[in-house]
Amino acid sequence: MKWGVVVFPGSNCDRDALWALREALGQDAGFIWHQAKSVEGFDAIVLPGGFSYGDYLRTGAIARFSPVMESVEEFARRGGLVLGICNGFQILLEAGLLPGAMLRNDSLQFRCRYVHLRVENEKTPFTLACSKGDVLRIPIAHNEGNYYADEATIRRLIENGRVVFRYCDAAGCVTLEANPNGSMENIAGICNERGNVLGMMPHPERCSESLLGSADGAMVFKSLIKFWERGERPSRNAGLR
Amino acid sequence: MFLACVRVMLKRSVLDPQGVTVMGALKSLGFDTVSDVRVGKYFQIAIDAPTPDEARPAVDEMCRKLLSNPVIEQYDFDIVAGGAGK
Repeated sequence: MKWGVVVFPGSNCDRDALWALREALGQDAGFIWHQAKSVEGFDAIVLPGGFSYGDYLRTGAIARFSPVMESVEEFARRGGLVLGICNGFQILLEAGLLPGAMLRNDSLQFRCRYVHLRVENEKTPFTLACSKGDVLRIPIAHNEGNYYADEATIRRLIENGRVVFRYCDAAGCVTLEANPNGSMENIAGICNERGNVLGMMPHPERCSESLLGSADGAMVFKSLIKFWERGERPSRNAGLR
Repeated sequence: MFLACVRVMLKRSVLDPQGVTVMGALKSLGFDTVSDVRVGKYFQIAIDAPTPDEARPAVDEMCRKLLSNPVIEQYDFDIVAGGAGK
């Protein structure tokens, strides 16, 4: 399985993602420059965290038009696995590969700390090494993670099992206090209809080995590896539940 | 040369935490009559076109494609004489 980590001007978690994949998980992984015209040869793409294009205009709004994104979109449409972390999630929203948008954190503060996430759907390629209701401890670091979508979209996401992670407390209870940014329904991560594209605000690459204080983030990568090794491929509208 | 003056605002249905905070600051400065504040973005775009009307479609497309995010924002614009003529 060959992983590609896209590097935009202003990405700053690209090396962390590559480290987690190569060193912590022993994967074959390399960088993809934002000017690349093709993502051929890669089996999974990571859009890393950071501040692509200085977060100018809106987070992810300029990166979304980077040359590489055309091939990433095509890759996603064909069912390729795409994981957007933090700024990567924001880029996926701007690109329309995932629904909704990010608003400024309701606190108006940059939040940088560990949070707890509840696995809401363990049947996606990104969570199948987890069990439903598992609580993962993963850090966040963002200013615009306040997920917003209209009511119909939120309902559709929930009904179709596309809300994959929600902010919760250590016991796994989804509470107002556990919501670090004002996200609707405590949403921390969602996937597309087909289940091959996931966006999440927390940073699994920052906690993929116990030396870093938590190895919970590795569960996301391990799920994808397991999915790939089983020979499974996301099928069109397979339904997640 | 014309100047497109584009305003992008969060939709009414979307809470604007920046606006709420600015309103709080205004009130604490004694501006008691303030009842709402919304913070938005303003763009001035110099654009070449024979007439303002002929500049409109391009400006509208800029707004839809890049300057605003239709999920959370709305926009409007005027086109006036001027721009960065040298």
